[in-house]
Amino acid sequence: MSTNSENMDDLVGKDYEHGFVTDIDSDTVAAGLSEETIAFISAKKEEPEWLLEWRLKAYRHWLTMEDPTWAHLDIEHIDYQAISYYSAPKSKDDGPKSLDEVDPKLLETYEKLGIPLQEQKFLAGVAVDAVFDSVSVATTFKGKLADAGVIFCPFSEAVKEHPELVKKYLGSVVPAADNFFAALNSAVFTDGSFVYIPKGVRCPMELSTYFRINASNTGQFERTLIIADEASHVSYLEGCTAPMRDENQLHAAVVELVALEDAEIKYSTVQNWYPGDENGVGGIYNFVTKRADCRGNNSKVSWTQVETGSAITWKYPSCILKGDNSVGEFYSVAVTNNHQQADTGTKMIHIGKNTTSTIISKGISAKKAQQAYRGLVKISKSAENARNYTQCDSLLMGDQCGAHTFPYIEAKNSSATVEHEATTSKIGDDQLFYCLQRGIKEEDAVNMIVNGFCKEVFKELPMEFAVEAQKLLGITLEGAVG
Amino acid sequence: MSQENMNNNIQHYLNDFEQLGDNIKSDWFSEQRQSALSLFKESGFPSSRQENWKYTDTRPIAKKEFLHSSDTSVSISSDQIDAVRFQGLDCYELVFINGIYSIDHSRIQGLPENIVIENMAAALAKDSELLEKHLARYADNKVSPFTALNTAFIQHGTYINVPKNTAIDKPINILYLSKNNDQPFASHPRNLIVMGEQSEATLIESYIGIDDANYFTNAVTEVSLSASAILKHYKIQQESLNAYHIGNLNVMQGKDSRFESNSISLGGSLVRNDIHGHLAAEGASIVMNGLYMTDNKQHIDNHTRVDHLKPNTYSTETYRGVLNGKSRAVFNGKVVVHPQAQKIEAHQNNANLLLSDDAEIDTKPELEIYADDVKCSHGATVGQLDQDMLFYLRSRAIDEETAKSLLTYAFADEVLKDISFAPVKNRLEYLIVGRLPDAALIREFTNE
Repeated sequence: MSTNSENMDDLVGKDYEHGFVTDIDSDTVAAGLSEETIAFISAKKEEPEWLLEWRLKAYRHWLTMEDPTWAHLDIEHIDYQAISYYSAPKSKDDGPKSLDEVDPKLLETYEKLGIPLQEQKFLAGVAVDAVFDSVSVATTFKGKLADAGVIFCPFSEAVKEHPELVKKYLGSVVPAADNFFAALNSAVFTDGSFVYIPKGVRCPMELSTYFRINASNTGQFERTLIIADEASHVSYLEGCTAPMRDENQLHAAVVELVALEDAEIKYSTVQNWYPGDENGVGGIYNFVTKRADCRGNNSKVSWTQVETGSAITWKYPSCILKGDNSVGEFYSVAVTNNHQQADTGTKMIHIGKNTTSTIISKGISAKKAQQAYRGLVKISKSAENARNYTQCDSLLMGDQCGAHTFPYIEAKNSSATVEHEATTSKIGDDQLFYCLQRGIKEEDAVNMIVNGFCKEVFKELPMEFAVEAQKLLGITLEGAVG
Repeated sequence: MSQENMNNNIQHYLNDFEQLGDNIKSDWFSEQRQSALSLFKESGFPSSRQENWKYTDTRPIAKKEFLHSSDTSVSISSDQIDAVRFQGLDCYELVFINGIYSIDHSRIQGLPENIVIENMAAALAKDSELLEKHLARYADNKVSPFTALNTAFIQHGTYINVPKNTAIDKPINILYLSKNNDQPFASHPRNLIVMGEQSEATLIESYIGIDDANYFTNAVTEVSLSASAILKHYKIQQESLNAYHIGNLNVMQGKDSRFESNSISLGGSLVRNDIHGHLAAEGASIVMNGLYMTDNKQHIDNHTRVDHLKPNTYSTETYRGVLNGKSRAVFNGKVVVHPQAQKIEAHQNNANLLLSDDAEIDTKPELEIYADDVKCSHGATVGQLDQDMLFYLRSRAIDEETAKSLLTYAFADEVLKDISFAPVKNRLEYLIVGRLPDAALIREFTNE
């Protein structure tokens, strides 16, 4: 793996490059959360009755719950009544039918984000379902995907077009009452992505969604549902950026993956939301519930994540290995700098026979950042010959940062093999010295060592993400060395 | 269980506390006991909703009405005591029967004058400044309600003071023996070991149940090590299979001191061991070794915690578990490196052997690190006997059961082999083989 060619000196003090605000009239509902707000969202989305009921049920349950405090995080109190729960860019009622109909200001935003919407058809076979605030405004490559029978559309569209699929799978992996933030999301989610891969189909391209938070003070509540039917295969990319803000923005997404027999889902995330400034002011709160259900035999789900942004990350992409011989994987690089906090990890629940899981987690903590790996490997009594391998390493940069590891292992089957390994250290002086005496600048040397440290995870990412991830790493750690 | 129920369940402890009376007049001690009791009164027994007790349900203890052990007439024959003594080991020995000091069976004759080894009650009666300075200063009543309960009932136990530049000539063996009495009873042994600068000692704490006695042992041991002091500590827990055992060991370590903990848990129906090391000065080091073997419906929980408070401190930990039957074991090892505590090395390892499909292990090694110049690692494994090794032995005409026993013994011996004190090592090896099928054959195999 090559080192980042950019000089660290140039990167130091570099402003968050995606920090800009597009000036668009938003159709925003007044702040506050009540049954009326939920009814408003539901009506705005022209949702069927059952979905409104489902939302209300989640909301009523949410009212009985309390903010979780068990994570190793210092979270300022969130006033849920001060958040506006719906915001949609103004456009024609019917929504854009082609690129020409898309608001030019939106196109400008995508340009800055580096999504060449006009050139998407040439974009390395990637279809983009861009979520701008809460309404999905553009979807491409629909034709090609439709030929393969793949459904890839905004969630609200799926509710209208494929209600039977939505009704069958929504909340079947992450129940509405699962946890505080999932319940909140279930009540107020506005949009997201829906993917269905039919039996025996290998999705012809990698699916990608750019999430973007724009309107000030609007929490984003995305809902993603991916269903891979028998013997199908899909690779899904999720990338995030956000403009610079002073207020804390709440993001509580829910991602549900369902893998049926012999199906495979690969879910990759590069998360680069605004982390707050050097003094820890502002930044996104990223409280996400991601869970995959390996329902069928021989199914496989692989989570890969590169987490560099957000002021606070609370995220545990998990796998329920229900089917026999099913496989769960979790590859993660989490970088925290300045005052960022992250409590992240995974859960692997082994239920089926011969299930295997692999967890590779790499954490880098710099300056005053605090980071924790929190994981659970559970071997149920029925999980004969289950196998797990876990490795979590932490790299510390600066004498005021913290790195913590909380792995839970619960084993109830004597044929199971579970291995957990964790190390925490700083960059070795001898490693640095080796590079320096060969004329490599300290910044470059650190960059090289850090990239080497994360290599195991980066190699799991699709090519274009891997390149972006490496760059992000350099930017996130800017000024951390010295 | 509701809070109300909890409170009802501790009423008999409160009554027993009233019965204790104030035979020791010193103010500091009364205050300690009173405040500990109110803490316990407030919290009741811990619930499994608390993270620290997530996997261990203490309701079986809360439900039973264990009365404070005060019957001094219980006797155990010399033969029975001899049977659990270290044969041929010349040592200072304190014997407690149902938590009460037995002057007849104890052997502390010939103790050098400057060294103190005595029953806690005797030490309290003398009320030394040293006692006030150290007693109940290291085991935090707020951390565990059981510690608070013990503090409220401090009476019997062992007080050891080794002055500076002194090495005790013989090891110290403390025997806590319990046997059935009219009613299920609770005992709260409290031990305090104060080691002066450059002192050295070896201490064995044994908790042994006779037959299938029904009781609750709630022990707390506090250790203070001054600069360069060395203490080797062995805890052998062989409570009866009807007994409940809660043990707490807290160690405060000075500069360049060294503490070696070996904790072997074999008995008890519900057992919880807490070991907490405070590395409070540079150069301090702690070694924690542990072995737990469970069978039937036993539940053994080991919690350890090391706080690296100062730079250049070191800890290593090896815990192994063998689980059979419908038993359950819990391991939680926590290493905390505090801010500015640089140049730390901390390593931890927990391996578990699951021999039965009905057994369960819950393990959680934790690292909490707030400094950067550290080398920390931990590992945890859960597995079964190696099929290749088993095949190797089978191909040499060793029957399956014996082969399994042999391999299980080899697994457990990883912890025992590092025990430097031969009499304890031999005793433990003997005990562990005794728990395996084909013990006689294994002894023959392993005899050197």
